Amino acid sequence: MTRDVDNPISPFTGRRCPEGADEGRRHGGQRPAPPLTCLPASSPRERGEESLPRAAAPLLGFGRLLRRYGFAVAPEQVSGFMQAVTLLGPRSMADIREAALATLAPPADRRDEFEAHFQSHFHGNTSAVVEGDADEETRIKDDGGADDERIEAEQRQEGGELSSALEQLSARDFQRDDDGLTAFRRKLSAALPARRSFRTVRTHSRGKLDLRRSLREIVSADGDVPSPLLRRRQTVPRKLLILIDVSGSMKLHTAGYLKLAHAAVQGADRTEIFTFGTRLTRITTALRIRDRDQALARAAAQVDDWDGGTRMGPTLLAFLSVPRFSSFARGAAVIILSDALERGDHAELEAAMRRLSACAFRLSLATPLAGDPRFRPATAALTAILPVLDDLIDGSSVKGLTDFILSLARPAPTAATMWKRVS
Amino acid sequence: MAEVNAETLATSPEAVAQQLAASRYLADESLATAIFLAIRLGKPLLLEGAPGVGKTEAAKAIAEMLGRDLVRLQCYEGIDAAHALYEWNYQRQLLAIRHAGEHEIDIYDDRFLIARPLLQVLRAPEQRVLLVDEIDRSDHEFEALLLEFLSDFQISIPERGTIRAAAQPIVILTSNRTRELAEALRRRCVYHWIGYPDAAREADIIMLRAGDVAEDTARAVAAAVLTIRARPLAKPPGIAEAVEWANAATILEKGGSPWPEAFRRAIGVLIKDEEDLSYIAPELGRIVEEALA
Repeated sequence: MTRDVDNPISPFTGRRCPEGADEGRRHGGQRPAPPLTCLPASSPRERGEESLPRAAAPLLGFGRLLRRYGFAVAPEQVSGFMQAVTLLGPRSMADIREAALATLAPPADRRDEFEAHFQSHFHGNTSAVVEGDADEETRIKDDGGADDERIEAEQRQEGGELSSALEQLSARDFQRDDDGLTAFRRKLSAALPARRSFRTVRTHSRGKLDLRRSLREIVSADGDVPSPLLRRRQTVPRKLLILIDVSGSMKLHTAGYLKLAHAAVQGADRTEIFTFGTRLTRITTALRIRDRDQALARAAAQVDDWDGGTRMGPTLLAFLSVPRFSSFARGAAVIILSDALERGDHAELEAAMRRLSACAFRLSLATPLAGDPRFRPATAALTAILPVLDDLIDGSSVKGLTDFILSLARPAPTAATMWKRVS
Repeated sequence: MAEVNAETLATSPEAVAQQLAASRYLADESLATAIFLAIRLGKPLLLEGAPGVGKTEAAKAIAEMLGRDLVRLQCYEGIDAAHALYEWNYQRQLLAIRHAGEHEIDIYDDRFLIARPLLQVLRAPEQRVLLVDEIDRSDHEFEALLLEFLSDFQISIPERGTIRAAAQPIVILTSNRTRELAEALRRRCVYHWIGYPDAAREADIIMLRAGDVAEDTARAVAAAVLTIRARPLAKPPGIAEAVEWANAATILEKGGSPWPEAFRRAIGVLIKDEEDLSYIAPELGRIVEEALA
């Protein structure tokens, strides 16, 4: 069989793909390449694939490639993929792409990575860029702010290059060091504030009659009514949401904060972690990896705006305007790790904090600046948001922060009351 | 609509898109492909996306297209087997025991069984479309239970034995991604992410769904809604809100309000949050004028 690169014959149907069948689709500009650009490294005999048609090899190879890059692709998904390709014809590469998306189901936050692998495997296009943050819902809103007027830092202070609205993209590595995070991880789930769930558990007192179990007892006791069996709504720990400022002015602290975030994700099931600087990035999935070094390296690769500027108000508003993100904050203990050095107008920050406070169970701001005994919440931004904060605490040490998070379930006076007392 | 074989209708993604359009649902190429594959591979279809992009509507349209009854299971935190599968009517059982006296009575008879959506689907003589709505709101335990149901399409009731589906249902799951679903569930499904439509498609949807809206109005509404959605609002408007806005503006216009004014006055049906309204108010005039231009 000769291969015509411009007008390939479908390995599945034997039909010639119509010229330009690909055009006008999502990757309309690309030339349709035959699906045999990358053959698997090991021989088919070794893998027991001799009985499969040759044309199936690239499809199988794609599944293997994805697995190599950490996508969870089950064997039945690969066979589903092949079935889907057969069902669709396929009439063009776009069909193979649609089949891959539908059956291999890449997670939404790794869609761009998936696309890049698809391009390199089936089109031989190795220049496709793998982006870190592929969250479709935030991108639009983040982009909206990227064109904002850029404000230069007005003054230089201790603690880094200070917050500026300039976006600087860079990467970072993390080294392991020892701290009290293992104990924190163990204690976290039990220490978080609790709420009543809609799920019920058996109880011996103070509950509603459990008719299901009671009836079984009555039937087995031949009609006698035993002591009543009760159920009560169980309590579950509240969600924990941590938003980490990764701007230049927080440079000294972000490494410690991320280790804390990793311990929190490992310690409590329903923890969500976001970073913000000039854009918003959800890193919870990366931090789910048990090994801290791997998790932090993955998170570091996802965040594009390390040590750049801050647009705290707009990024928090972007966070709140994505319905699934704002639902992470609903009823949760929300902790913002930031110096809250917002440049320019703070109206957006104020609006964002008011909204966050309205939907959160408890809203806390931890600023490393509060480590200085002379610190007072005197900046215009801090004065404006102080009334809606439940806590304004020292965020200069990981130890202090872990102690604070473990005390979240205990009631405390509001931030405004506390700081009025100090001032 | 008379019941037809699902596979007869789903001959190609294009045929699916056409059939859905006849049911007043405009599906793009990707969604039509996912629906086609789900029907032909006999797998559940998992639809994810922001609220208001038409996930539930897609399920309704699929049911209408196939001429099947739709059985909907709305998930929520705390939902369990008794809410999803079946429950015994304990009060009636107790009464029956009391009335029976010395007589034998089968308290696990059909008349005491309350069939919840999953059991209803299995007991139905014909194929049903099952919509498991907002699966992300349920707990992990419920997801595991659902996984078991989806793999075998059967339920074991200890007192009654195993009930198998007479005809395997077409299952559609929706999720707003407020939590990540288990990999095991994702890999059993055909997956599709529904995003907000582009302006042209949204205008088409408005034309199809709204009662008496001019094409220019639909295009203007679609363009304005696209701009408004890009703003950081607490509650970004969904497609249904856009349709309502076009309808409301048309009614106001017929009542005597000139165009830009009619849009501005009808904004309450598009944006339903007081803070969002005050945020967008200063810009609204410009957005509407640009959209009408």
